[in-house]
Amino acid sequence: MDGSANLLINAIVSGLLLGGFYAAVSVGIAISFGLLDIVNIAHPAFILLGSYAAFVGNTVFGIDPILSSVIALPVFYLLGMLSYQVYYVAFERRDDQSLRGLSFFFGLLFITEVVLVLTFGVDYRTVQAPYIGPSISLGLFDLPLRLLVPFLVAMVMVVGLQIFLSRTFIGRAVQAVAQDQGALRLMAADPVKIKRIAFGLSIATAALAGACLIIIQPVEPSIGREYIGRVFAIVVLGGLGSFPGMVIAAMTLGIAESLTATFFGPSWAPAVAFGILLITLAVRPSGILGR
Amino acid sequence: MASLVDKTAVAAAPGLRGLPFTLVLIAIGVAIFAIGRWYNNSYAFFMAYVVAQYIVLGTAWNILGGYTGYVNFGVTAFFAIGAYSTVVLHKLIPAMPLPVMILIGGSLAGLVGIGTGYLTLRLRGVFFSIATLALAVVVQTLITNWDFVGGARGAYVLRPRVAPLIGGEYVQYLFLLMLGMCVIVLATARAIERSALGYGFAAIRDDEAAAEASGVPTLRLKLIATGLSGGFMGMAGAPLPFYVTYLDPASGFSLNYAVNAIAMPLIGGTGSWLGPVIGAVLVGGLQEYLRVTISSAVNVLVAGVLMVTFVILAPQGIVGLFQKRKR
Amino acid sequence: MTALLQVSGLSKRFGGFVALDGIDLDVQPGERLGLIGPNGSGKSTLVNCICGTLHNETGSVRFADETLDGLTAHQRTRRGLARSFQLPRPFASLSLAENVRIPILYSVNARAGGHLHGAAIDERCLELLGMVGLLAKARQMPRDLTQIEMRKLELARAMAAQPKLLISDEAMAGLSHAEVDEIIALLIRLNEQGVTVIMIEHIMRAVMEFSQRLAVLVAGKKIADGPPKDIVRDPEVVKAYLGE
Repeated sequence: MDGSANLLINAIVSGLLLGGFYAAVSVGIAISFGLLDIVNIAHPAFILLGSYAAFVGNTVFGIDPILSSVIALPVFYLLGMLSYQVYYVAFERRDDQSLRGLSFFFGLLFITEVVLVLTFGVDYRTVQAPYIGPSISLGLFDLPLRLLVPFLVAMVMVVGLQIFLSRTFIGRAVQAVAQDQGALRLMAADPVKIKRIAFGLSIATAALAGACLIIIQPVEPSIGREYIGRVFAIVVLGGLGSFPGMVIAAMTLGIAESLTATFFGPSWAPAVAFGILLITLAVRPSGILGR
Repeated sequence: MASLVDKTAVAAAPGLRGLPFTLVLIAIGVAIFAIGRWYNNSYAFFMAYVVAQYIVLGTAWNILGGYTGYVNFGVTAFFAIGAYSTVVLHKLIPAMPLPVMILIGGSLAGLVGIGTGYLTLRLRGVFFSIATLALAVVVQTLITNWDFVGGARGAYVLRPRVAPLIGGEYVQYLFLLMLGMCVIVLATARAIERSALGYGFAAIRDDEAAAEASGVPTLRLKLIATGLSGGFMGMAGAPLPFYVTYLDPASGFSLNYAVNAIAMPLIGGTGSWLGPVIGAVLVGGLQEYLRVTISSAVNVLVAGVLMVTFVILAPQGIVGLFQKRKR
Repeated sequence: MTALLQVSGLSKRFGGFVALDGIDLDVQPGERLGLIGPNGSGKSTLVNCICGTLHNETGSVRFADETLDGLTAHQRTRRGLARSFQLPRPFASLSLAENVRIPILYSVNARAGGHLHGAAIDERCLELLGMVGLLAKARQMPRDLTQIEMRKLELARAMAAQPKLLISDEAMAGLSHAEVDEIIALLIRLNEQGVTVIMIEHIMRAVMEFSQRLAVLVAGKKIADGPPKDIVRDPEVVKAYLGE
């Protein structure tokens, strides 16, 4: 088989797997921005917190990184509820979400980054797990387990959340919050409480996404920023709050970045998300599956 | 803007008119510089340069953020465009005077601002903010991949030993230029507050649909604000290569610039030209003090923590706290 | 006499939902038109299409012998088409005087020959606030106003643009009997000064008292158009309102 065709297939496969991981990173934003209309640009910082939680669990206690983040889930959920409570009292209730609310999250992003630097330093950190390293070779292409495991974790998480949102009372209330808060009050549900739960969930996803991140690549405190453009590109392209749209968008971006990295060099990959984001905003702000 | 809140259209605007105000600014600038020359301590000049740079950056951010309500997170992109345009110009035409480089860098950054704005300002404000965040990443990617300006390795710029025109150390010249930019930016900001443009910006910030219905060409005004704001940020960045003498993407695109440029107006007060100045002097001074006494890691935290504290507890900033007391 | 406002074949969709379906509407200079219809019949959508806040897919809007299609909202305001908003949308950080100053700066002064400066603008602001009885509150902020004062500020701001046509979008909802009378008197006074007025309203008493002609919108279609007395007896209108 032709070398460049082989390269192409491998790039597409790893792009797909990478895209699955991007869906895990973006699902929190799909909830907070897409459903709750809270522009949490600090989400990548929470993801990094997740990475370091997995790192601590793995290196200090010798626990599997994904298991570590599952243990950390409740803490992240509470952290999310707390963040929303502050956001609600200080900004949403005052109707000052845009200028000061955005700046608040920007400040959180920065503070988290600096605190991580002060705690863990600026060196790259990695975790140990049996699935980091080996690949399954399927003849035409290789499936690196390092990418496959995060892909599977991401898919389980996204599908689980989708089922939660569409089948449970609270899940449906979260979706209703996005549409009509008045109707929600008629259902005898407190919109603030529902939003607090949903925001807690969105931050909880960051724990798992963070574990996936540190499995895929070594982590240092400032790499979270690279993901801001990515996650928002994915969520906007996916059509704000639509999970299927988000997964398609995540895979599209994963493949586009993987192809760019293969054929132009990895240092160009971060620019792909921005290009996609700008084109989407300029041409079709409602996203691929938008109305 | 607080000054608009205080005065009404009925009473004539209090305070000085545009030209006298600018002359007072120039006088203050000259006085500061004269004191610096008399004191003649190069560390003081290096420190004062940073504070002056943040006055320019903070005021530039505030023209868009504080006046129209559109949040630009891509401060580093505009700042670095200015800085790297100087690197390029210095390589191509070493004899080019720095003020010309400042103008070119500022124009480039202003154009990038207008371009980004043109693509995203029709949408809700948060999309513009998100686009500017991503813009910082992409400009950094472009610079990192551009070998001519040193790529990821960075570029060295030789700082001349002696300042042109005024003599003395070169950093004095850099500081003088930055002071000049402070005068230009502050005079512009205050002129905007008192003009039809300022009223248009305030209308956009309060309610865009109502502004359109009142005849305000919202898109054009937002583009003017983005262009001015981005342009001034580029100007503030243009002398940076001579200040640091070694510029690489990691330091040129440091998040500190963005956090400081956003935090300072929010801490000082976004309503008027005075807010960013107060924020820059206080926070900039405090950071410098902490950097010397404790450590540089703590000093970068200060701006972030203060910003979050202020947006939660004192949304009108320091200026707002004083106005409340007056009433 | 050519109509001041000519809406022809105007349609607007939101996704699959047809909000307006082939609306034709003429308004003569100096006329007082009442536009009525049940909730969700498309009245506000029609206003938004006429004023350029929304863009209609088909049909066209002509105003003062000029096609408005493709013009932005602020361009239409500058051409003499002003509106008030159903839910008052004051500029919250500006005083009342400054609120009415915006249209003077951006609509009146943007027209050929209409250049007001310094003291003349201040005077005009006070005159407008005096017209709606808010002169004493010129230096106050919108948050200090009552419901009816908020509506009056909306109207004063719309009038500040010196429009040929004023569209008043439910300026009376939630007001008391006496307050409704006050707003009607105000709109009639404006009309007597030569401003054409379209009143969108649910309060039938107000519409009947004010309008020289009524147009009825039901489910995105205009089902009746004529003298108020005939319209309220029109079986189709009665059916739409009473839902028989």
